[in-house]
Amino acid sequence: MSNATVVVVTSGKGGVGKTTTTAAIASALAKEGYQVCAIDFDVGLRNLDLIMGAERRVVFDLVNVVRGEASIKQALVRDKKLNNLYLLPASQTRDKDALTEEGVEKVIGELRMYFDWIVCDSPAGIERGATLAMRHADEAIIVSNPEVSSVRDCDRIIGLLDAKTKVAEEGGRMPKHLMITRYDTDRAKTGDMLATDDVVDILSVPLIGVVPESKDVLKASNVGLPVTLSDEGSAPAKAYMEATRRLLGENIPVTIPEEKKSLFGKLFKGRAA
Amino acid sequence: MNILSLFGKRGESASVAKNRLQILLAHERADDGSDAVLISSLREDILAVVAKRVEIDPDSVRLEMDRSGDVTTLGIDIELPAAKAS
Repeated sequence: MSNATVVVVTSGKGGVGKTTTTAAIASALAKEGYQVCAIDFDVGLRNLDLIMGAERRVVFDLVNVVRGEASIKQALVRDKKLNNLYLLPASQTRDKDALTEEGVEKVIGELRMYFDWIVCDSPAGIERGATLAMRHADEAIIVSNPEVSSVRDCDRIIGLLDAKTKVAEEGGRMPKHLMITRYDTDRAKTGDMLATDDVVDILSVPLIGVVPESKDVLKASNVGLPVTLSDEGSAPAKAYMEATRRLLGENIPVTIPEEKKSLFGKLFKGRAA
Repeated sequence: MNILSLFGKRGESASVAKNRLQILLAHERADDGSDAVLISSLREDILAVVAKRVEIDPDSVRLEMDRSGDVTTLGIDIELPAAKAS
């Protein structure tokens, strides 16, 4: 019997922060001492390897494993910093049907024997790749920006999570967590952006974290480090660490990022820019 | 001080990003990103040669690949069975 938990990171819409969130949560879990595997399901457009800084060390990928061309152990790329964190990369093949349902089931079944946490990075959209990524999940992290189209797409995804997953088919209810990313503290203050409460109300999914829009995320991706490893003191890293503790079952209130700069600091920043 | 260090770091990380992308894209454009078949056969051939002399546990074989610039290196680590205590 394995006690592994499979989490899918999904959103429907592209560009909201799924891959950033996958990398950040997976490495935060690994920092807590768990055996963690992150899987990239975005066949044809993989990027989790790049965000985790493993792109030069990818030998085999998920499709090779599904097709029996490589074993799972051969395809897993170990993180350069944390030796209990692994990546199973997606393939760059153009063949959209490269992943089969049986193949994915077998891979996840085997990974459950080696790992405590398996974090699945879903592709955007509601097609095969996205449904395969969520298919075997025990829990879901739904990533949304505080913006209308992103929230609407999340609602579609919630529908799929409640219909197309193994958990749902067996009559269960998939536990879901809402992660709001690219939260703009300035616009929140002026009321030009959906508030976190609004998004929670509309989607009826409990909040697991709010990650501010930050250049630390871009900087971390430049150098190929999950934001939770590149600068632990940064606001997004703190938000992801906190979300991870909630994922682990701790009952702590969600911190809503606030503009901390004084008026003087703002003026100074404005002049320098 | 804050602003200066920000600028310094930003420039630095942007050039790291450019360098990483150049290496990666050069490789992916050249061969569609997949040397899985070649590497798989190389691995099997090398293991077959080693297996003629020593018994190998297929699970104790590790592949390491590294790309930098125009050079790709492939490392194969084979753990040999523990020598019998004598």
